[in-house]
Amino acid sequence: MKELFDLFFTFMKIGAVSFGGGYAMLPILTREFCDKRGWVTDTELNDYFAIGQVTPGIIAANVATFIGNKRKGIIGGIAGTIGLVTVPVIIITLIAALLTNFADIEVVKHAFAGIRVCVCVLILSAILRLWKKSVPDIPALIICVLLFGLSAFGEYIPVIGEFISPVWLVLIAAFAGIIIQSIRTSKKNGGDGK
Amino acid sequence: MIFLSLFFEFFKVGLFSVGGGLATIPFLYDLASRHPEWYTASDVADMIAISESTPGPIGVNMATYAGYQTAGIFGGAVATLGLIAPAIIIIFLVAKILNAFKDNKYVQSAFYGLRPASVGLILAALFGVVKIALVNIESTTIGGFFNIKAIILAVCLFVIQKIFPKLHPIALIGIAAVVGIVFKF
Repeated sequence: MKELFDLFFTFMKIGAVSFGGGYAMLPILTREFCDKRGWVTDTELNDYFAIGQVTPGIIAANVATFIGNKRKGIIGGIAGTIGLVTVPVIIITLIAALLTNFADIEVVKHAFAGIRVCVCVLILSAILRLWKKSVPDIPALIICVLLFGLSAFGEYIPVIGEFISPVWLVLIAAFAGIIIQSIRTSKKNGGDGK
Repeated sequence: MIFLSLFFEFFKVGLFSVGGGLATIPFLYDLASRHPEWYTASDVADMIAISESTPGPIGVNMATYAGYQTAGIFGGAVATLGLIAPAIIIIFLVAKILNAFKDNKYVQSAFYGLRPASVGLILAALFGVVKIALVNIESTTIGGFFNIKAIILAVCLFVIQKIFPKLHPIALIGIAAVVGIVFKF
């Protein structure tokens, strides 16, 4: 029970500061669940994000369910995910009820311009931390660069641009992983028919 | 029954929007055209702006807003639960399957490809925020292109993080918000 509350309140805290999409929460997840509690590893977190890209539902909710589920089963997954959305739900309810012009308030604008800068720094440090284990060699680097390029600039590619979606890119990357590793194994075993 | 229909309509949005974040937006517009009494297309545009200035994914924000407008606080909660329910159910199943096959050669090879892919997508997300936060894409001069104030803040925050590795990321967000207000970013 204590761990369920821990899951709920930790994700509530993360949900309260998850600005700029699900990725900004990655460094906070690392701090809370890898460093402080040791419940998941860096690599597992990265895997959860990758799977979150290709499964239905918001990535943040997918990751929260994964971590909660790993620790405490389905109830843990529910506790983590509901914790995650608690603060956003309260804030939007308040805005809908009282402050319909919230996004136009000067102080809010300035604060969020500052926060967006911080989100850049946080995402960069998350990438630096994941880099070594997730991009161990040249083929992996190529996959990484291709995925970055296609998803950051894909919209500018004529004709096929509008069909590029992260979902397909991630599925293709998984398939590429299987092919690259099979070629490696067959080479190592000398089974490539030389 | 309004609560049931809120739950299931947002359940469908959660189920079909694969990839999260911006992937939800087309489904939110679709729902606006089918249920104009809940919210309108221009509410979606407003919500995109509000979501940039509040924590939480746009899907959750839109569900809360639509639910609240239609059926009060409880409506907001029910719509949001509908939105996140598919994620919980599907990840629960995926985690079970992965656990059973985690030592499988092909599953491990797939993850060899998935991990750098995930890092690449995170890099793309970083690129997206940098475009808004650190540079002015529309500017034609070099001096105007780089948002110097923001870049200095970014470097400072990065250095602070290196010097004080124990500093919680949330504290860093707080510092950035205060600097943003004080120096009128």
